[in-house]
Amino acid sequence: MAPLIPAILGFGVSFGVLARSAGLDAWATTAMSLTTFAGSAQFAAVSILGAGGGVTAAVVAAVLLNARYVALGVSVASVFRGPALRRLLESQLVIDESWALGTTAPGRFDRRLLLGAGAVCYLFWVLGTVVGVLGASALGDPTVLGLDAAFPALFLALLVAQLRSRRAVLAAVGGALVALVLLPLTPLGVPIIAAAAVPLLGLRR
Amino acid sequence: MTDAWLVVVVVGVATVVMKGFGPVVLGGRPLPGRAAGPLELLAPALLAALVLTQTVGGDRTIFVDERLLGVAAAGVALWLRAPMLLVVVVAAAVTAVARVMT
Repeated sequence: MAPLIPAILGFGVSFGVLARSAGLDAWATTAMSLTTFAGSAQFAAVSILGAGGGVTAAVVAAVLLNARYVALGVSVASVFRGPALRRLLESQLVIDESWALGTTAPGRFDRRLLLGAGAVCYLFWVLGTVVGVLGASALGDPTVLGLDAAFPALFLALLVAQLRSRRAVLAAVGGALVALVLLPLTPLGVPIIAAAAVPLLGLRR
Repeated sequence: MTDAWLVVVVVGVATVVMKGFGPVVLGGRPLPGRAAGPLELLAPALLAALVLTQTVGGDRTIFVDERLLGVAAAGVALWLRAPMLLVVVVAAAVTAVARVMT
């Protein structure tokens, strides 16, 4: 858990800075971290808006990037209890990082670990965003700090922890290959959705 | 409503609905056994795609820059069984230094 905090905080700061530089106001930037709480989709939407890509492209990219949360949510659905509203609120804490940290064995989840990790990530993501928004003018380009490489490194570390079986390795190789092929051909977001479809091939067997 | 707010609201609502779908509709019940197998493999497939797209991803292009050096250094750190925090710091530091040098 602890290693995630500086990464999430730092990335939140860079989101705040980049969103401001892309032309979002302070409130819209903070509101996005509070409601969407998904770094890759937020960065995609903001970068497209900033580049003049338009509302439709920004929304489609972000929604496609977040569509994997349907599958993620379905996979953890069995650990959610209580009224529908409580399940809806708690489900917002399921992100890639908390999902990976809450996995005790393939397909099995620890509810407290999942929600605890999600809550910590949420807190530091929003906090980082606010710091970034406030310090946007003082801080320089976050890429100078190498923060854009921090996230793939984090995902790589989480990936290595997941490679416990031959099937998992195959799924990872398949996901990476699909993403690599689609990366130059499709808008941001599509390669990740397509990679999410790779494990579904297992249904045929 | 400005374009920015429109994006914030639509993406926000869509994300809340997508995240909530499974827990609200299926909550408390186990998954149909048939779906459980492939879902176990979602994490490795997605994480691999995220690593790839965030390391060499550009706008509809494969774009190699200093990030690749940083992530490669992170790979070495992982191989040496470094803790996750160190792995992330190594990636950022190597990338930042490489950018200064180029």
